[in-house]
Amino acid sequence: MLNIGGLHEGIVIDHIQAGGAMKIYEYLNLEKLDNSVAIIKNARSNKMGKKDIIKIEGPFDLDITVLGVLDHKITINVIKDNEIVEKHSLELPDMVTGIIKCRNPRCITSIEQELPHRFKLTDREHRIYRCIYCESKFKGK
Amino acid sequence: MRHLISPLDLSVEELDDILELGKKVMEHPENYSHVCEGKKLATLFYEPSTRTRLSFETAMLNLGGKVLGFSSADSSSAAKGESVADTIRVISSYADICAMRHPKEGAPTVASMYSEIPVVNAGDGGHNHPTQTLTDLFTIKTLMGRLDHMTVGMCGDLKFGRTVHSLINAMVRYPGVRFVLISPKELRIPDYLRAEILDAERIDYIETDQLEKYMPDLDILYMTRVQRERFFNEEDYIRLKDSFILDASKMQYAKEKMYVLHPLPRVNEISTEVDNDPRAVYFKQAKFGVYVRMALIMILLGLDKEVR
Repeated sequence: MLNIGGLHEGIVIDHIQAGGAMKIYEYLNLEKLDNSVAIIKNARSNKMGKKDIIKIEGPFDLDITVLGVLDHKITINVIKDNEIVEKHSLELPDMVTGIIKCRNPRCITSIEQELPHRFKLTDREHRIYRCIYCESKFKGK
Repeated sequence: MRHLISPLDLSVEELDDILELGKKVMEHPENYSHVCEGKKLATLFYEPSTRTRLSFETAMLNLGGKVLGFSSADSSSAAKGESVADTIRVISSYADICAMRHPKEGAPTVASMYSEIPVVNAGDGGHNHPTQTLTDLFTIKTLMGRLDHMTVGMCGDLKFGRTVHSLINAMVRYPGVRFVLISPKELRIPDYLRAEILDAERIDYIETDQLEKYMPDLDILYMTRVQRERFFNEEDYIRLKDSFILDASKMQYAKEKMYVLHPLPRVNEISTEVDNDPRAVYFKQAKFGVYVRMALIMILLGLDKEVR
């Protein structure tokens, strides 16, 4: 099994739905990061059966808002000196701006490039976000 | 400042106020012929729509106001690449209120975010068309005397037909309204409308592809056109365009007091032989649209109290 203690300092993004790690990797633009990044796919999980994990070494400023929108079951562990010093569960933000994109080809954002892509949480229970312009549902997962 | 972007921007009470004022206008139009003197309506139409644009312009002229605007994107600065946000900031200093039609969904929302004058959505792609909804509600209320406890049939393109979506959204707020949704499988209402409105609000509805079978149940039959411009694929359009055609033989199954509405323009989904049937009210409906737009303009400009 994986050993979180192996990370001296950094962030562990845990409980990612199996198969979802690459999407998280892309949304967080981790390819642009100089830090070491480990992606663990299909790790065994008592709670989920299978899960993905991303470990990022070193100090890293993480905007966790986007993760809540993509997969609310994710937990974030902040590691310092081989210990978990902070553990965050994610909450769904009421509004997200400039993180996820509206893919409706009929939306005004498809032709006006400078408009900020904004999504509003319209149904907390079912975690539904809708574009504030065309009301299309964001299909994150 | 108020805008009208979605029919749901209006509470049931506000809607009732507009319909009530529309009724007064219809009964005594002469009392309202000077209310908007000195005011200007800008009609910003990025895609052609003769009927809606002329209805807005007629409404403003009937109120003693003036109109300006453009009727296609080619004849506007959009052709030069100007954004909706920039256009509305400029128009705000020319006019007192504007009506915007745009092929892209959400364009009037963008306009309302940057505008200094009330923005009325005159149709944004397949999304919303709130003044058509006001017209539909005004027509039903005027003819039926109520908006509650009735069976409303919607027929044709229920997937892309924004007038259908808006009318469903507006009518679920009244008690005892039942829907019969008649369309080919491919043009059924969008999932979100079914899940988040009809199912969530526990509304009584049926989805079917048989018009004749349910015809005797209906108090209102709302016909729609299968719109070529909403399809990315010409083959799909041709396959589905003639799915439902209302003719005299189908009308014989309808109640004596049933009304046929259509947002117009019609192509061939209502046979012209139905036009002379007293239950066919779609041309009357277009006339009602002017009264209700007059009411809306007065209310958004805060001039409605001046006559009451």
